[in-house]
Amino acid sequence: MKTYNNTGNVDTRSGFGAGLEELGKKNPNVVALCADLIGSLKMDAFKENHPERFFQIGIAEANMIGIAAGMTIGGKIPFTGTFANFSTGRVYDQIRQSVAYSGKNVKICASHAGLTLGEDGATHQILEDIGLMKMLPGMTVINTCDYNQTKAATLAIAEHDGPVYLRFGRPKVANFTPEDQKFEIGKAVQLTEGTDVTIVATGHLVWEALEAAKELNEKGVSAEVINIHTIKPLDEKAILDSVSKTRCIVTAEEHNFFGGLGESVARTLAEHQPTPQEFVATQDTFGESGTPAQLMEKYGLNAKAIVEKAQKVIKRK
Amino acid sequence: MSTTQQLQDFVTQVRRDILRQVHQVNSGHPGGSLGCAEFFSVLYQEVMDYSTDFKMNGENEDLFFLSNGHISPVFYSVLARSGFFPVDELNTFRKIDSRLQGHPTTHEALPGIRIASGSLGQGLSVAIGAAAAKKLNNDDKLIYTLHGDGELQEGQNWEAIMYAAGNKVDNLIATVDYNKKQIDGATDDVLPLGSLKAKFEAFDWDVIELKEGNSCDAIKSALNEAKSRTGKGKPVVILMETEMGNGVDFMMGTHAWHGKAPSDEQLKTALEQNPETLGDY
Repeated sequence: MKTYNNTGNVDTRSGFGAGLEELGKKNPNVVALCADLIGSLKMDAFKENHPERFFQIGIAEANMIGIAAGMTIGGKIPFTGTFANFSTGRVYDQIRQSVAYSGKNVKICASHAGLTLGEDGATHQILEDIGLMKMLPGMTVINTCDYNQTKAATLAIAEHDGPVYLRFGRPKVANFTPEDQKFEIGKAVQLTEGTDVTIVATGHLVWEALEAAKELNEKGVSAEVINIHTIKPLDEKAILDSVSKTRCIVTAEEHNFFGGLGESVARTLAEHQPTPQEFVATQDTFGESGTPAQLMEKYGLNAKAIVEKAQKVIKRK
Repeated sequence: MSTTQQLQDFVTQVRRDILRQVHQVNSGHPGGSLGCAEFFSVLYQEVMDYSTDFKMNGENEDLFFLSNGHISPVFYSVLARSGFFPVDELNTFRKIDSRLQGHPTTHEALPGIRIASGSLGQGLSVAIGAAAAKKLNNDDKLIYTLHGDGELQEGQNWEAIMYAAGNKVDNLIATVDYNKKQIDGATDDVLPLGSLKAKFEAFDWDVIELKEGNSCDAIKSALNEAKSRTGKGKPVVILMETEMGNGVDFMMGTHAWHGKAPSDEQLKTALEQNPETLGDY
């Protein structure tokens, strides 16, 4: 089984910050907007080096989304930065009308997604954002898994003409994807080959899926792990090709099972190739305060939970 | 530049277009549209510098954003009669497969529209973004907007109003259609706006009061005055007092025609009060 080396734990939001700063140098049309969370979003370097293209909006997220939409009219490529909760739920109608329906080239970049925000608790731990964003016609939805992939995705979305929701997080997590990777929007990355079960994971759950595959391998179960960084448009072919071999699937995400990756996969399977599926996701609940590790354990979003679901789904074949 | 009579003829024809569009599909918003017929006519015929060869980026052109998108009938009429798209297309207003959606959108690529509006309170933010892009592009043309007064009840406006002053967005002229009415009644009864002048001044905007918002001459003076105040570190707002339903006697002095179409008989009366000038579509 192919294994991956963690080059050191680092936060995905720092990958965003590094990508944004690189874009600042490479693309004069890239502008950045922030709603009073520069440090949290790691936008300091862009602000420092490109002050004329950095816009501090203040605690006014609705205004930020509207300003970003307006900037695209003059040919700018705005990257907005705030927490995932304030990037989506708080400004859903602004995104819907001024960005998505108006077809504006805004990149909505959201940190602190999911439970792993930790101690701040449920007011800040959005678990519904993927669903909210994927329902908007024309919106691309990306949830990256580590620092390197987040940096690559940040660079890639500047080249994509159209609205994008880029979701990443706060905790330091394993960095294991290649530093020089080419990020292809809508193209899944197969991480391990396997024959017994497919594990499709997104965001922080990708590393957990690899850990689960290792444990399953020790138990004699061959797991195929797919890193599905783009939830919309979904790489349906990669999923269908894999389940045609394994005949069962586990989806894993740091999100509610309503509206998340799992539902998108289930829809694809129901339409093309009905297949037993188990969901690693939160079960229609809010989060709470705690350390990221405690929360992932309590809400069943780690390698251990993936192993259990894999063993369960194999029995359903 | 048109003569006073030419401009008045344009306004009268726009009123006919508004009434006929709304009547044909028995839906839409004639009251606010009629109240702003003069404003749109002066803006597009006399004030703004633009090309009808429509390009989304509007480089080196003045741009206009309609925030209260429900008054689309007046916007569509003035865009068509200013040369953005064929006047006959007004026949398709609110019908299936039309570019003239109930509320203005970019989705069907109607020339002259740069953002969707309809869900209220979003236009000023968009205009600020467009104004910021103009500054980044060293484009010294201006951004114009229109907002309903009732629309100012939406909180996002005040985020935008605070931002525009704090960041010296001085290439922007916002106008408030201050007719003191909204769909459920008088603004004072629904949710009182208080003194808009005091509010905008408290937010450090440069405020121009336009008492005769249905006079082409007064509108032109106010817009020219506003233009002369741009580039001085403050955003400029015109509080334009208008009469909802202006030009049709039975639609004036009430909020009843905010979102209601006239019957056949009512249309006939309304059109008699606004005889054809430039040719109906």
